[in-house]
Amino acid sequence: MAKLSMTVNGRAVSGEATGNRLLVEFLREDLRMTGTHVGCDTSQCGACVVHVNGKAVKSCTMMAAEADGAEITTIEGIAEPDGTLSRVQQAFQDYHGLQCGFCTPGMVMTATKLLEQNPSPTEAEIRHHLEGNICRCTGYHNIVKAIMAASGQDVSKIAAE
Amino acid sequence: MPKDSGIGAASKRREDVRFLTGTGNYTDDINVYGQTYVYFLRSDVAHGRINNIDTSAAAAMEGVVGIFTGADFEGIGGLPCGWQVTDRFGEAMQEPAHPVLAQGKVRHVGDPIAAVVAESLQQARDAAEAIEVDIEELPAVVDMKAALEEGSAKVHDDLTSNLCYDWGFVEDNKAAVDEAIKNAAHVTTLELVNNRLVANPMEPRVAVGEYNRSNDESTLYTTSQNPHVIRLLMGAFVLGIPEHKLRVVAPDVGGGFGTKIFHYAEEAFVTFAARKLNRPVKWTASRSEAFMSDAHGRDHVTKIELALDADNNFTALRTETYANMGAYLSTFAPSVPTWLHGTLMAGNYKTPLIYVNVKAVFTNTVPVDAYRGAGRPEATYQLERVVDKAARELGVDPIALRRQNFISEFPYATPVAVEYDTGDYFATMDKLEEIADLAGFEARRKESEAKGMLRGLGVNCYIEACGIAPSNLVGQLGARAGLYDAATVRVNATGSISVMVGAHSHGQGHETAFPQVVADMLGIDESMIEIVHGDSSKIPFGMGTYGSRSLAVCGSAMVKATEKIIKKAKKIASHLLEASEGDIELKDGQFTVAGTDKSVAWGDVTLAAYVPHNYPLEDIEPGLEETAFYDPSNFTYPSGAYCCEVELDPETGRVTIERFAAADDFGNVVNPMIVEGQVHGGIGQGIGQALLENCVYDSEGQLLSASYMDYAMPRAEDVPFYVVDHSCATPCTHNPLGVKGCGEAGAIGSPPSVVNAVIDAIQSSGKKDVTHIDMPLSPQRVWAAMQG
Ligand code: FES
Ligand code: FES
Repeated sequence: MAKLSMTVNGRAVSGEATGNRLLVEFLREDLRMTGTHVGCDTSQCGACVVHVNGKAVKSCTMMAAEADGAEITTIEGIAEPDGTLSRVQQAFQDYHGLQCGFCTPGMVMTATKLLEQNPSPTEAEIRHHLEGNICRCTGYHNIVKAIMAASGQDVSKIAAE
Repeated sequence: MPKDSGIGAASKRREDVRFLTGTGNYTDDINVYGQTYVYFLRSDVAHGRINNIDTSAAAAMEGVVGIFTGADFEGIGGLPCGWQVTDRFGEAMQEPAHPVLAQGKVRHVGDPIAAVVAESLQQARDAAEAIEVDIEELPAVVDMKAALEEGSAKVHDDLTSNLCYDWGFVEDNKAAVDEAIKNAAHVTTLELVNNRLVANPMEPRVAVGEYNRSNDESTLYTTSQNPHVIRLLMGAFVLGIPEHKLRVVAPDVGGGFGTKIFHYAEEAFVTFAARKLNRPVKWTASRSEAFMSDAHGRDHVTKIELALDADNNFTALRTETYANMGAYLSTFAPSVPTWLHGTLMAGNYKTPLIYVNVKAVFTNTVPVDAYRGAGRPEATYQLERVVDKAARELGVDPIALRRQNFISEFPYATPVAVEYDTGDYFATMDKLEEIADLAGFEARRKESEAKGMLRGLGVNCYIEACGIAPSNLVGQLGARAGLYDAATVRVNATGSISVMVGAHSHGQGHETAFPQVVADMLGIDESMIEIVHGDSSKIPFGMGTYGSRSLAVCGSAMVKATEKIIKKAKKIASHLLEASEGDIELKDGQFTVAGTDKSVAWGDVTLAAYVPHNYPLEDIEPGLEETAFYDPSNFTYPSGAYCCEVELDPETGRVTIERFAAADDFGNVVNPMIVEGQVHGGIGQGIGQALLENCVYDSEGQLLSASYMDYAMPRAEDVPFYVVDHSCATPCTHNPLGVKGCGEAGAIGSPPSVVNAVIDAIQSSGKKDVTHIDMPLSPQRVWAAMQG
């Protein structure tokens, strides 16, 4: 067991982890921050995406020990402290970009990072960028639409003939 | 003007806030004080005899709390099957035992052999590795037709063969159908495979069992679409725990698609072990475990023949299907290829004679059961493929051929025992032609061809039977349960309302849509109404969510309960207003004496019900709470027409979906935003089936597609934006909301149009001999077919 400390959503936290403890396990089980989800065991689904030192990372692919000293943001840290949703979160609600909600934390974390890097992505860029995030409920239509809307693009004409 | 609240409004989903902020409460988020973890040791061979299991070394390992094998379940019930099918000869299906942990034999890769409970998951896993299992491998039965051959190895030694049942429907039609096909002017024949799929809700299954010794009560937290069904099956048939000592909670559930309907061994195990060990026991499936333990879907091998007369009228239809049951009968497995499939074979057409034969077969594979659409996608796929093939053979327009044979008068009694109440197949087809811009197709094809690509267009119709189901009817058909639903409307003293519903929401947005209905009926604000679901200790009863039934069945119960509330509230209002009951009108949350300006508000009446100082106590009881059970009198019949446009790279065989349009008739719609989302999701899964997904076993019964590395899930780049429309509405005639259900349509209606489009693209290049390719239409398969 190694001691580790990190900043999660602006709060200093510390704990212990064995060498093979995954970051997602540390978040969910030790910190009891269950917003980050686990949908697979082969790093394919993206339900577990968090931000580590400013990068979107699949927290099932990173050891907790590697995150020692890191700045981490999880889905619990995306809304304003008063509960106001971020523009990505709000767009997901406005455009029905989620159904069961299980993929949603990963989608929001991935999309938030995308818009930081590319403030006005095209439909094709968004779809490509989501290659590591699986959603089984929405058929992706409203997720892509929500991300476009969050970036300020007009989505009123989408799929309307 | 679109409405901004109540029925018909696109109200934003209130459940989204918790899901978007990471504050949902999924089963794996639940941790119970003192909990232990279970790890299941699963078979890595498809078929084998268990000679010995030695757990002694494992039991001595650090942290181990208990180890269980099949022997611990001797004398305890196995997992029950909820539907008994009667075969062509009047005999009951063969029904094997399904022990919680394997007894005597293992029958599929993933069959649980032993369960290790330990203080940590790591300890449980380590100890499981120390269990010595002596399994004598037996020949595996994988191919369905081979499984039925004389001398094939048997999955269950105590059954006479691997045949579960040989079902004929309608058996009395058989001779006439055979005759009509023999004498037809034209017969189109198609052999096809409906590929085995894994439902893959993004949340893997989880179960937490807890036992409270002080009151002898067990609680199971589980990823279920129907907690009461699990309570009934597990309590009564497996563990012998009476309902009042068993609470089943299905909290936020991360998608179901059918696979979370069924009662699974792991649920029974954690409940059982928690009692035995007097410790909570938690199980969380890994994705690999989900692939080998969640019930799979589809897996039909079919031959279909469509007979037409000289004027291209459909005269008869005959199908023969082999349906894979897997190694055991999952909860509703026998009903899927029979009553949810055979009864839909008329589709949208007035074919007068139909005969459906289904042979259900045991194999050494994971059990197969309902997956989004369940039987109806299989029916739609074969029918809409054979109609398309017939049109090509006859050189007629596939849409015209469909229109010519459409059912046009309702109600319509099909030759396969169901009566469609309403529909307008011409209207949905007209709408489809408009929204898919069929007129512009030729120009788009030219553009594709100019790039060296092929372009194809495929259309199909569908009909489904939803709102499952009239209890007396399904009882006759072999269901061992009723399929009504229930709701309690509890009006609180200040006028706010809790509605306890038997339907379970795992993505469908009930928490938003159901209040819209009640708000509309009472004329109060949606935000005053809260939906409670998913906990057997909080809701009256319920059969859960599947078969696009939530609003049609449970919503109807909610309407009935709300009507009772209104009736009683009017009585109270008439007393307060000193008017006769018949003169009281309820509008916008105000009770008014007709023709006067005398009124009391909703809140005055609800308060009077709980503070009955001025109240007709001699006539009615205080309080304002009503329950209703609703049993539908018929299925509902959503229908529609779908269109897919593909581009195909002839060099590689790669298919891309360029456009997809869906025109659905769902009857009345409560929340159009949610309805469209349901259709999008279904289409995504249908495209997945058509192009990408395939659950594959090798000849030894090894599961080759057991992770997302090998099982291709549709991703954002695999699908386009969809054009969906539900404006062609012919309301259901027999439920109070006139709703039909929309949850499965997309998955039912989309695979045939994708395949039809690919065949169209290939034939447009002159390769007229390519008439069929089995799903998934991977580049390899398409390319190989094109090489002829
Ligand atoms: S859980 Fe991390 S990618 Fe699936
Ligand atoms: S919303 Fe359910 S998996 Fe995406």
